[in-house]
Amino acid sequence: MRKTVAGLMAGISFMFACGTSAQSQELTIFWAEWDPANYLQELVNEYEAETGVKITVETTPWADFQTKAFTEFNAKGSAYDMVVGDSQWIGAASEAGHYVDLTEFFNKHKLNEVMAPATVKYYSEYPANSGKYWSIPAEGDAVGWSYRKDWFEDPKEMEAFKAKYGYDLAPPKDWKQLRDIAEFFHRPDQKRYGIAIYTDNSYDGLVMGVENAIFSFGGELGDYSTYKVDGIINSEKNVKALETYRELYGFTPPGWAKSFFVENNQAITENLAAMSMNYFAFFPALVNEASNPNAKVTGFFANPAGPEGHQYAALGGQGISIVSYSENKEEAMKFLEWFIKDETQKRWAELGGYTASAKVLESEEFQNATPYNKAFYETMFKVKDFWATPEYAELLIQMNQRIYPYVTAGQGTAKEALDALAKDWNATFKKYGRH
Amino acid sequence: MATVVMTSLDSKSRAASRGLSDIKIRNLFIIPTILFLIVFNIFPLIYSLGYSFTDFRASTNAPATFVGLQNYRELLNDPFIWANFAITAKYVIVSVTGQVVVGFGTAMLLNREIPFKGLITTLLLLPMMLSMAVVGLFWKLLYDPSFGIINYALGLGSFEWLANPDMALYAVAITDIWMWSPFVMLLSLAGLSAVPRHLYEAAAIDRAGPFYTFFRITLPLVAPILMIAIIFRTMEAFKTFDLAYILTSQPTTEVISIRLYKMAFQEWQTGRSCALAYIVLIMVLAITNIYVKYLNRVKER
Repeated sequence: MRKTVAGLMAGISFMFACGTSAQSQELTIFWAEWDPANYLQELVNEYEAETGVKITVETTPWADFQTKAFTEFNAKGSAYDMVVGDSQWIGAASEAGHYVDLTEFFNKHKLNEVMAPATVKYYSEYPANSGKYWSIPAEGDAVGWSYRKDWFEDPKEMEAFKAKYGYDLAPPKDWKQLRDIAEFFHRPDQKRYGIAIYTDNSYDGLVMGVENAIFSFGGELGDYSTYKVDGIINSEKNVKALETYRELYGFTPPGWAKSFFVENNQAITENLAAMSMNYFAFFPALVNEASNPNAKVTGFFANPAGPEGHQYAALGGQGISIVSYSENKEEAMKFLEWFIKDETQKRWAELGGYTASAKVLESEEFQNATPYNKAFYETMFKVKDFWATPEYAELLIQMNQRIYPYVTAGQGTAKEALDALAKDWNATFKKYGRH
Repeated sequence: MATVVMTSLDSKSRAASRGLSDIKIRNLFIIPTILFLIVFNIFPLIYSLGYSFTDFRASTNAPATFVGLQNYRELLNDPFIWANFAITAKYVIVSVTGQVVVGFGTAMLLNREIPFKGLITTLLLLPMMLSMAVVGLFWKLLYDPSFGIINYALGLGSFEWLANPDMALYAVAITDIWMWSPFVMLLSLAGLSAVPRHLYEAAAIDRAGPFYTFFRITLPLVAPILMIAIIFRTMEAFKTFDLAYILTSQPTTEVISIRLYKMAFQEWQTGRSCALAYIVLIMVLAITNIYVKYLNRVKER
């Protein structure tokens, strides 16, 4: 009897041994379901060809991404070895110990020089200016604009525009021009509208859109190291920015109250709007004739400057982190070593990924590869992001609650909305003892 | 009591020949069910009650600290939460009233000899067999101001059903009415066909008018089963999530379950969301109790 038990145990432990050794040759990366994830799968296939380590990029729709990732983290699950997590998560994920500390790796490879400074600051470092790093910038992204070149370059339109506004019709240099052009092309009777902006308040859509205005008007959301918000989020500049955003909403297609990246690309493909705000990550679909019948006449520009010449854009994009509960951390580390190589980053950009590597971004080759790469390069060095504190989700929902009724329905004033928001944020920071 | 009611096993049956007694068979059926209920319903219910008095967050490793009634106090003082409750109440009233009127009306129409009655009834039941998410997605297209068929059919131009904060909740309720009126219709139809014919004949002999007949014969006799339909629909409408979540993101359509979802799974305020879930539970229990009391009174009559 004892012999049988011993044999059985040996068999089981052998099975386990085989199981883990087979597993160490496989890695799983978790990301949201969108084109860049497919490009990443292509990239890691090349890693497999080189090293024999099979990597699978697992995806889930954007709306579930945060919930699904954190559910897995909270359960300390090892399903994912790496995650390409949203920039705002970094506070929550690092404080709770979900991410492996990559500071040493970061310093060893001098990544704060290799990657564009803004990406390091927002994707990797937490807390702000602490010199502690939790991810490797993977997919750079920010908000840019697409526009209808054929509408802009129509001689009749150009003449009419010049007569009305006194300057030439061209991609806007500042937010005033953006507003004028939106007003000019807004013709509901012809089913043509001025502009498509983000208004969806279920995650960070609306907030990102408003951030574009706030940052370019020279405003800030708050002081990220002292958590001071009074007089910053409800500053004069921010009030002006929010009022301008509300004005732009008046030039959007009808029913534009829950629109995010899908709708904003549709605004261009379905001939709805003259200009459309969107993440650069969604622009490849706009130059592809299979997904955009207007591909040939679609142009791109970077987020225009504010009244005082400030020019910033809201940051999207993600860094890649190793999950603390992974059973293959060493193997994952090896993959990251490969991922940060210059050749890999170059290949990543070729496949359609938005590299954060400063060297690749600066190269002529990259900037001329697509109609929007130049705008992307210009933008990536002047981006700003939302709060990255662990309670960012509460801050986001509070901001949505306060500004959405004003932007889409004109309830109250911009000043009232932002004053109330400052109060909400103060209460939240007090609750978590941040002050 | 239960053992008294149960009849004993036939001694020649296969079960008896295997040595199974009444009690054993009863246990075999009931114990797994009770275990299932305890593990998946009762245990989480009690566990979350405990969490509702803490500041626990599932997204961090920080231990939960006891905060007493703070969560309840803050939630009940939060004007946004009260707005969510007011929206939910409005939604329940509009949507359930609509379903009862449409559902009961359709049942009255169908409660007569007409050709293809079975087929018509089956077709009318189709909406409630669809998935909520699918219904939400295609009604979103139907409501679309640029190409939606509703505006086209009604000649409303580019009326914004879902982007208009005052209209959005009604748009969601209309979708819910479309989907769930068949349920009320089905139950009402069962109630209507159970009304004895001779009562109508007697009323006709007494020359009772159609209104008198309806309010004195039809409605009282159908009322108990109609009440059951209303209880079900009220409970469902109270916890509506999918339809409202998919159709629109207006603050005026943020029913309480959407707020709860955001609090629990976007903000990860686990403790506080447990408290909110309990507040909702107590409200649903109270409302259902009132209904059941009323139902019993109706039955007694």
